[in-house]
Amino acid sequence: MNGIPSSTYFSAAPDWGWLVVLYFFFGGLAGGCYFLASLIALFGRPEDRPLSHLGYYIPFPCVLLSALLLILDLQRPLRFWHMLIESNTFQPIFKYWSPMSLGSWALLIFGILSLVSFLGALADANHIPWAVWRNVHPPSLLGRFITAIGGLFGFYVAGYTGVLLAVTNRPIWSDTPLLGMLFIVSAASISAALMILLAEKSRWTTPGLRDLHRTDVWLIVLEFIVLIALMISLGPVLRAWLSAWGLLLLIGVVIVGMLLPLALSWRPQWLGDWNMKTTAALILLGGFLLRVVIVFSAEGV
Amino acid sequence: MAEPMGFYTDTTVCIGCKACEVACKEWNQLPSTNGGVNTLSGDSYDNTRQLDGIHWRHVKFIEQFTEDRKDGRWLLMSDVCKHCVQAACLEVCPTGAIVRTEFDTVVIQSDACNGCRDCIAACPFGVIEINPVSGTAQKCTLCYDRMQGGLEPACSKACPTQSIQFGTINELRGRAEKRVEQLHQIGEKRAYLYGADEKMLGGLNSFYLLVDKPEVYGLPPDPKMPTRNLTSGTMFSFLGALLVGLIGILNFRNRGASVREEARL
Repeated sequence: MNGIPSSTYFSAAPDWGWLVVLYFFFGGLAGGCYFLASLIALFGRPEDRPLSHLGYYIPFPCVLLSALLLILDLQRPLRFWHMLIESNTFQPIFKYWSPMSLGSWALLIFGILSLVSFLGALADANHIPWAVWRNVHPPSLLGRFITAIGGLFGFYVAGYTGVLLAVTNRPIWSDTPLLGMLFIVSAASISAALMILLAEKSRWTTPGLRDLHRTDVWLIVLEFIVLIALMISLGPVLRAWLSAWGLLLLIGVVIVGMLLPLALSWRPQWLGDWNMKTTAALILLGGFLLRVVIVFSAEGV
Repeated sequence: MAEPMGFYTDTTVCIGCKACEVACKEWNQLPSTNGGVNTLSGDSYDNTRQLDGIHWRHVKFIEQFTEDRKDGRWLLMSDVCKHCVQAACLEVCPTGAIVRTEFDTVVIQSDACNGCRDCIAACPFGVIEINPVSGTAQKCTLCYDRMQGGLEPACSKACPTQSIQFGTINELRGRAEKRVEQLHQIGEKRAYLYGADEKMLGGLNSFYLLVDKPEVYGLPPDPKMPTRNLTSGTMFSFLGALLVGLIGILNFRNRGASVREEARL
């Protein structure tokens, strides 16, 4: 092919830029935090409840921000509702084979669920006077049901963006089926990092924090493995990362965002009290840079 | 549905006059320049450079010369939307703005498009772009409005050498196959049809006669549907979710009992 590694090199770039990168980041945080909050609420200790509340506080603002970012990214923002309602017939439009269509509906449903859980957590923590909202928070049966469904939607919101990129014809994005998997694992990892960071800031000492940190270490290892698998799956297209983006991936994502946090977890005495906070901040930075590299390296081809 | 209609472009008779580009812009009222900015490409006689929101036809100038320029040839090709039978843009469009017409062509309804640009990334040929005036994705409509009135598209009407031919797909395929045969007979063995059969995205309703590899003309040798990754991407994501869930449960396991106890109290 005259030195061109894939037929995907003949497509045009959609000019998805910083707004999309930020959406991928905050959407990942929303989905990941909800999932972790659900996990802590369903499987954690009673004394970890504040940590679970924290997890429920993050998704709703992140979903609101995500929706705003997505609307602003449209060339015709006032037509955002066309994603859900067909403008000619005013009938709902739902194309299950189009990740963007499915994702729009998922974001709407997840937004509602995250609002319900947000209010439930506030009520459970006695921050709002409406005790009735406690019924939608675990350990009530309804609360468990909502949190289980919300966790699944959270996963979907965190991962569909990777599948959306794969269901294009752009180099890198559509040359691997592993982007969705990478985004899901990364979303869980950055969400755990954010929760640790916020909990540390509040000087919480719940035992669940240690569990969360341990979970995050495992997630980073898994993310590293998925990233390597993704690079192998790219085949000859991998050469697109023999560029400044590849360097950013290596330094910013792999070294700063994965290997350094792993090293700090292995030797916590290096930074003492600052260890957890620093590790979490590095993971968050790495997760953000991962999305920067994925979006912009394909835009630049 | 009427019989499928389309273009057959014989690149061997294109003279690079750009009458098709002009006719297209004139009929579709597309701006000649992008906001008055005229950029010279420095690439042969090609200053249009690409298909996009305001260039729905693009004449490519490919110079194949030896270094001393004593020997060589021009390859000229008027490029356009392929109106694929399996159209990637139509498949991914979340708003339903992209539709298939009764002529089996693919049209973007500008009033329904919200400029999400998913179709731009999905098109394997790089045909679609945002029109800066409308803020919506746009491309060749195969002059849907003219066809509804029984007229042929502006570009093929204007083409002085019949490089761009318009008609029913069946008729065009027959004509194109005869032309390939004729070229083979007179010694141009490199001639072949690109996208005329159903192997490529179910068939391109705008197909080409080429005399070099597709990539020389800026065409993908093996264009694919974007949804080829949908099942595998979803399955791997599911696997990722499963592994993340497993890691989470393993790290928080055996503690649910205390929560259940508390609920009972």
